[in-house]
Amino acid sequence: MSTAEITEEHNDVVHDHPSDSKYFQIALILGVLTALEVATYYVDIGPVLIPVLMVMMVVKFFIVAAWFMHLRFDNSLFTKFFVGGLVLAVAVYVIALSTFEFWSKG
Amino acid sequence: MSDTATSDHATTTGMSHNKLAMWVFLGSECLLFGALISTYLVYRGRFATGPAPGDIFDIPFTSVSSFVLLMSSLTMVLALSAIKRGDLRNNRLWLLTTALLGSLFIGGQVYEFTTFFREGLGYTTSPFSSAFFTLTGFHGVHVSLGILMLMSMFISSLRGSLRKEHSETVEIIGLYWHFVDIVWIFIFTVIYLVPSPTS
Amino acid sequence: MTATTPVEDVVDQPLGVYTRPRGGNGWRDWVTTVDHKKIGILYGVAALFFFVVGGIEALLIRLQLATPNGTVLGADMYNQVFTMHGVTMIFLAAMPLSAAFANYLIPLQIGARDVAFPRLNALSFWVFLAGGIVLNLSWVLGGAPDGGWFGYAPNTGIVFSPSPGMDFYALGLQITGVASLMSSINLTVTILNMRAPGMTLFRMPVFTWMMLVTQLLLVFAMPVIAVALFLLAFSRLFGARFFDPSVGGDALLWQHLFWIFGHPEVYILILPSFGIISEVIPTFSRKPIFGYPFMVFSGIAIGFMGWGVWAHHMFVSGIGPISVAAFSLSTMFIAVPTGVKILNWMATMWGGRIKFSAPMLFAVGVVSMFTIGGLSGVTHAISPADTQQTDTYYIVAHFHYVIFGGIIFGLFAGLYFWWPKVFGHMLSDLIGKVNFWVMLVGFNLTFGPMHVLGLQGMSRRIDSYSPGFGFELWNMVSTIGSFLIALSIAIFVVNVIMSAMRARGQAPCGPDPWDARSLEWLTPNPTPVHNFDEVPVVESLDEFWHRKYGTDDDGRVVRVATAEEVCEDGSAVGVHLPSPSFWPIVFASGLPFIALGLIFNLWLTVPGGLLVVMAIYAWIFEPVDDPDAAHGDHDDHGGDEVTADTTEEAPVV
Repeated sequence: MSTAEITEEHNDVVHDHPSDSKYFQIALILGVLTALEVATYYVDIGPVLIPVLMVMMVVKFFIVAAWFMHLRFDNSLFTKFFVGGLVLAVAVYVIALSTFEFWSKG
Repeated sequence: MSDTATSDHATTTGMSHNKLAMWVFLGSECLLFGALISTYLVYRGRFATGPAPGDIFDIPFTSVSSFVLLMSSLTMVLALSAIKRGDLRNNRLWLLTTALLGSLFIGGQVYEFTTFFREGLGYTTSPFSSAFFTLTGFHGVHVSLGILMLMSMFISSLRGSLRKEHSETVEIIGLYWHFVDIVWIFIFTVIYLVPSPTS
Repeated sequence: MTATTPVEDVVDQPLGVYTRPRGGNGWRDWVTTVDHKKIGILYGVAALFFFVVGGIEALLIRLQLATPNGTVLGADMYNQVFTMHGVTMIFLAAMPLSAAFANYLIPLQIGARDVAFPRLNALSFWVFLAGGIVLNLSWVLGGAPDGGWFGYAPNTGIVFSPSPGMDFYALGLQITGVASLMSSINLTVTILNMRAPGMTLFRMPVFTWMMLVTQLLLVFAMPVIAVALFLLAFSRLFGARFFDPSVGGDALLWQHLFWIFGHPEVYILILPSFGIISEVIPTFSRKPIFGYPFMVFSGIAIGFMGWGVWAHHMFVSGIGPISVAAFSLSTMFIAVPTGVKILNWMATMWGGRIKFSAPMLFAVGVVSMFTIGGLSGVTHAISPADTQQTDTYYIVAHFHYVIFGGIIFGLFAGLYFWWPKVFGHMLSDLIGKVNFWVMLVGFNLTFGPMHVLGLQGMSRRIDSYSPGFGFELWNMVSTIGSFLIALSIAIFVVNVIMSAMRARGQAPCGPDPWDARSLEWLTPNPTPVHNFDEVPVVESLDEFWHRKYGTDDDGRVVRVATAEEVCEDGSAVGVHLPSPSFWPIVFASGLPFIALGLIFNLWLTVPGGLLVVMAIYAWIFEPVDDPDAAHGDHDDHGGDEVTADTTEEAPVV
């Protein structure tokens, strides 16, 4: 039973994942972004608040998806399914919310 | 012997069935949480005579629990990285840590719910309250199921049946865990940090 | 934890005191089977049963409306019957009948031995059946759902619908939805991941392509209805205020969620039928399908555009002129890919040596009847006209031309076409033709007059009407027509029974009764349990046909091999197949208890929940293959067996 051989071969096929220290760096970035997000609760930054929050949210979202869920190292079909679901969800629900005049009410 | 490695090669696309199925499922989950979040957004200003979201959200508290959940994603990848190296001891350690961080988050949610309830926000108070508890409750159930799966893996590992060649199982449950985390990234910003209506 | 783990790996078989079910015959084999073909047959039987139930409900509706001031059903019972007619036909008849074809044919058409997750496949069926049972239990447990299949809020709230019917609706449909979601993920992975060597995406039969689009629609649409049903269930069971207008609850929220699911659902229903007739028409026209890539891409386009038209169900709900205009336009556009398909089917028939056997008659029935339904659909896209038509019988006429004319005819084409594949004997073609003509006449008599009734102003969903509005004649015609449809179904049942009796004791029909084109006919009829003796290597679209025909020196198409030479004889032994399992049916049997518990007494959820949890854990620790089962010497088969040995190691939630 050559488990070792097989898994060796397995590692060749699957792309190498980042090292643990890389993961710690990413977590640090995520932590800093979260701190910045929370800071907006204490510091008044005026009308750019919502856009800034949205940008930080999207960045965090994609960092987790790309690195922790290793989409950037994996088969692109996974990304297609996930992004497909995401884009579809955003599209239909934004349209639905628009019919409630959600955006104009602020 | 049919190992994960060889059965990967046997599939048309080279991807394992399980992983592909998990990603398809996560794509589907986007629509589920999208619907719940939209429901909340429609109703966040409709708090009838009950408390308004802006009155009761405790941003510092939620920030801490959000941070806890975010860090559990780190421990989850560390668990995966350990099992891929064949380091079963660290794998167990990180699996357990992830489950504990998840439990801490759930504990925080239970505390938050009870506090809100004492402040007069019951499940049936208003469309806002129903939508809020349903959305965060659904997320909480997802986290709890994740904890259950993590603990099942932890116990399997203790019994010696979660080994290096099963790293894909850890990876797939990890995908689920990270997904639950990114849903919370969304919820934390859109529901908590974006200023909510006050009464 | 994978398929052929060596015996010493199976230390973690904690519940080792049960006997693993083995293959064999009898009921035990059917309740534990993980064979995609048997599951397909189970889906088919259950769907046809519910089709008859829904049909009886339809006859009751037509009896009530045959004459003015009908007294067959009271108003309350009428609401229950028309609600359950819609719910049953859509969720318990049409969808599972499509699932029957999908389960049986997809692995065969792509050259696989089973689906990607055989046990999950069995679970999907049993969960669907549990949902169907929960829905129909409502008849004897306090009243059936009475809010229409669309369940518009706040009419479905406890105030306006105090019987437990809508609870059964919310929970029963939730259960069938879970089944659809699991099945769709399973089949998506199967189609993408288990194709035979050489079976590229653009060599897949159109049926498999349409099924792939259908599964993707299900993957993304089921969670939306799941949320809508949760909101409804929580409102009714736990007092949530989602749809309570007195505190700001919004009825339109339900409509949006329902139709964001509901319009893709229309394509979930119709695309399988399109796939079926895309196999039938080329076979009986003796020509390849015209414009294969256009067929595929128009199917994909329908799948995409189906997400952008839902609000045309809501033109009169006050969503505002901009939304109405936008959705009007998108609705008109979606007629384009559908039109492409219709033209391609006609071009396939054009110049072909058409043989009007029963499957072909039904397929042509789809092309013609669906076109009528499609055209009346375009009239709804014009919102001012739609404002007049909304909630009249014109709408009822339209969607029955689509659903009956487009879907039921297509499914019957498939039944007649693949019957020999599944059961090894043909259905009588003569009775089949009679079946078709009676159904066609009955169908047009039933639903044709509804156009007139609608334009005359007869409202849908009303339980009776007064004399003197000019509704009498066409309602009577419609009722007579509905009984002709019932007659045609009876003819079908007679055909099934008589053909089975005639076939008893005789050898199975030949391997290729229709001179067909796609890979499933490479296996003998009926399909042996292991499907292919050897996994085929695919070189072209219509692979099976190309193995039978070539061109001579003058470039003329000539037969180069007989079906007997081409087809496999099913003689392979020792093919390694996944083992049967008890746990799918155990899991599913817990769900009705949970549903009834939520409605009547929470204590009932305890045994239900325990059954489900037990089944999940037993499932996870059960090896996909029983290491003790006699597989034969599977090393002989090298890589082939991996196709059937599918791994289910992750506890898929």
